[in-house]
Amino acid sequence: MEDCNELVLEFVSRPENVAVARVTVAALAAQLDPSLPELDDVRLAVSEAVTNATIHAYPGTTGRVVVRARLCQRRLTVEIIDYGQGIADIEQARQPSFSTDPNPERMGLGFAFMESCMDQVEVESAPGRGTTIRLIKEFPEVPAEDS
Amino acid sequence: MRIDKQTNGETLIVRLDGELDEHTAQKMREAVQESLGDEITRLVLNLHGVTFIDSSGLGAILGRFREISQRNGRMCLVSVNPQVRHILELAGVLKIMPLYRSETRALEEA
Repeated sequence: MEDCNELVLEFVSRPENVAVARVTVAALAAQLDPSLPELDDVRLAVSEAVTNATIHAYPGTTGRVVVRARLCQRRLTVEIIDYGQGIADIEQARQPSFSTDPNPERMGLGFAFMESCMDQVEVESAPGRGTTIRLIKEFPEVPAEDS
Repeated sequence: MRIDKQTNGETLIVRLDGELDEHTAQKMREAVQESLGDEITRLVLNLHGVTFIDSSGLGAILGRFREISQRNGRMCLVSVNPQVRHILELAGVLKIMPLYRSETRALEEA
């Protein structure tokens, strides 16, 4: 049986909780002594995924968001789960610059940033059935420096 | 997020301190809006204290750029940390907005 560490956060889909999720998952990842850019990648990817759940999952209202982060050896897996309206066309949602939101300040870069920060980004969703985003990142062992 | 503003003739300087995400971007948007009088034609956004930015933060910066450009004004950025710089570069923001090391430089050149 693999020796894993895991934490689960559950919160209301409010914008102020995006920082809570990002900081908490980064604190878990910090147990691997990652480089600063690696940690920045984790913070950014989690921020984008939780922001998506906050903005898109429950239009006009709020709902539950669950973040499950799991550390197995040097692999971090983060699941961002909502129980909201789901994504009709996942392919289209993942296109850079695509957004269902007419607000011109919505960049449509969430998935593009997740993909550039993580090794793997998986999306499971169906209309009315919520969305699960799975972010996976490996942290290569840094060889110890000769002293 | 702490937001500090200073108006100097036609220039509005906004200094941000904290993390710029969906939540704080909204505050930044409102704070700038509030001080963007008709006389303002130059917006200097000092990001020295910003330790994190995501696509929502980028959207808020580009939104302010769009707004000041519409009134034929200019906007520039000052002093960004490596994470912020990386994201601004990735999104091509530095191709449309100059970045200065200090406010003094920005005020002289922008």
